[in-house]
Amino acid sequence: MNFGQSFRLALKSLTASKMRSLLTMLGIIIGVAAVILILALGNGVQGMVNQQVDKLGINLVQTYVWGRGDGTTMNLEPQAMYDLVEEHPDVLSGVSPYVSLTATLRHGDDKYDKTKLYGVSQVFYNAARGTTLNMDTLAQGRFLSYLDVARRQNVCVIGAYLAQDAFGGDALGRQLSINGSSYTVIGVLAQNGENMEKGGANDQIYLPYENALELAGSRFVGVYLFTSTSGDTAAPAKEIIDGMLLDFYQDPDAFYTQTMAEQANLINAMMGAAMAVLVAIAAISLLVGGIGIMNIMLVSVTERTREIGIRKSLGAKRRDIRRQFVIEAGTTSAIGGLLGIGLGCLLASAVGSLIGASLSAQMGGASFSATPTLISVAISFGVSVGIGVLFGYLPANKAAKLNPIDALRYD
Amino acid sequence: MEHLIELRDVYKIYPMGEETVRALDGVSLSIDSGEFVAIVGSSGSGKSTAMNIIGCLDVPTSGSYLLGGVDVSTMGDDQQAEIRNKMLGFIFQQYNLIPKLNVLENVELPLLYAGVPSEARRRRALDALERVGLAEKRRHLPSQLSGGQQQRVSIARALAGTPSVILADEPTGALDSRTGREVLSFLKKLNREGDTVVLITHDNSIAVKADRIIRLQDGKVVYDGDAHDPRAVVSPGEEEQEGQA
Repeated sequence: MNFGQSFRLALKSLTASKMRSLLTMLGIIIGVAAVILILALGNGVQGMVNQQVDKLGINLVQTYVWGRGDGTTMNLEPQAMYDLVEEHPDVLSGVSPYVSLTATLRHGDDKYDKTKLYGVSQVFYNAARGTTLNMDTLAQGRFLSYLDVARRQNVCVIGAYLAQDAFGGDALGRQLSINGSSYTVIGVLAQNGENMEKGGANDQIYLPYENALELAGSRFVGVYLFTSTSGDTAAPAKEIIDGMLLDFYQDPDAFYTQTMAEQANLINAMMGAAMAVLVAIAAISLLVGGIGIMNIMLVSVTERTREIGIRKSLGAKRRDIRRQFVIEAGTTSAIGGLLGIGLGCLLASAVGSLIGASLSAQMGGASFSATPTLISVAISFGVSVGIGVLFGYLPANKAAKLNPIDALRYD
Repeated sequence: MEHLIELRDVYKIYPMGEETVRALDGVSLSIDSGEFVAIVGSSGSGKSTAMNIIGCLDVPTSGSYLLGGVDVSTMGDDQQAEIRNKMLGFIFQQYNLIPKLNVLENVELPLLYAGVPSEARRRRALDALERVGLAEKRRHLPSQLSGGQQQRVSIARALAGTPSVILADEPTGALDSRTGREVLSFLKKLNREGDTVVLITHDNSIAVKADRIIRLQDGKVVYDGDAHDPRAVVSPGEEEQEGQA
């Protein structure tokens, strides 16, 4: 008896008692669906992280400087960082100081005291990607240029909130007062997210960093954003920056540098570990499902003792009987696996569309798609068939070893 | 000439608690190709054990069994399965059709296990169904047929494998007397067409349809000869009326 006939026979006995078959498969269905769902959601989140990293640039290197913390004013001038970039053109491609400060902002009689101000250089905006390093895009005008920064021009790029609230949408070329100095609006950022409140995500303003330092009344720059020449040079870039800072401060705790590549790897490793734990838990359900199949197959062998006797009397060998029952168990779990894959995909897309939007907003517009990968589907199917065959073997072997005389007399 | 079936001094001894039961106690018999033989005996006579051994469903404790000149008494499970498949056709009292397979699929079963390709399998199964006059019922399930029809399907199944011996174990036991007679005359017809038929029964009135009777009692052969000899149906030590029952 060949495989095809055994398979058709297996389908026949499965459809003969649909309720029982469904209940038998339930463990496998739930297990496979859970595995598919977890892997799909994990892939979705990983995809988001990667999109985020791609947008920010895998070549982003962030350096936090807080000095010795002993009150001494031994500050590193931003020029030292520019010199560093110039000395290592093979590794570093640019740097922007990142100064955040508070100041009094006025437009006419309106006062804006919750607006976040940032002092940056032209490197903060990546023209090739069309985004700032904070993931904002320009709606109108342009970003700060090299000349704006070098000549400390009183120009600024404002967020969507200010453009709307202070200028009614027509902000380009208009004036703002920051701590009494007049600034010209040269660009407006596109709205990011839903929050258009005062002090919210869209209430921000970018100035040349020297202007910002002057407004802050301090020469201290706490954060530098470097770009390395590529993702691969991020690690040597970090070494160079750290080496210079260590020389300067003589204290490894005075600064901290992290690369986007490192962070992405860290997040991916954590996600991978979390997913492995969840999948392992879901796999327990597969094990229980396998035991369920074994249980029902044992019952089935007992119920069909007479049939086994008849088949043996007609010349079925042990391996024919064994194959019949193993294929039946494998078919049961394979169908269970297919149903589980279907259910898992449905659940993944349902959960994906439920939480996708809010996740997407939190992650700065990176899109979330919880689609199971082909490989996870293929492996789930393979594992469920394997479980059926594995747990079907014991009952099948019991059937194969039945004595034909006893089996024929069985009622 | 070589016998088709030859049992030489066959014993079958079962342990039963402290005692042992000699189901077959030194049986020797031979059956030639083309014969129609009835093995008769009351319950406990050893006829079922004899049938199991002749049918290669069981092996003797001692002695040898030659089927077609080959000693099959020491064969393992799977070798016996192959012998059953190639040389024996079973007809059972309870028909023993598989309920969820249709008539054609049931008849195809022995050919399936013999590895006959599907085209030939189908053709041979249909030929066998033709011989028992049930070809038009090939799509029916066994439960949709009458007892007599089911028994004819099981005869077709036995014939499909073109066996050397047709082994009928109480083939009329579950049938009314008219259908039983039909089945018997069908077996007789098969025998006239050249098939070797071995009939196992407790019923003398059925046994006499055969040409030759082998009577077993307490595991021993007590009569072996012409079915029309009066001694064939009245065994020594048995009451006259019981023998006629």
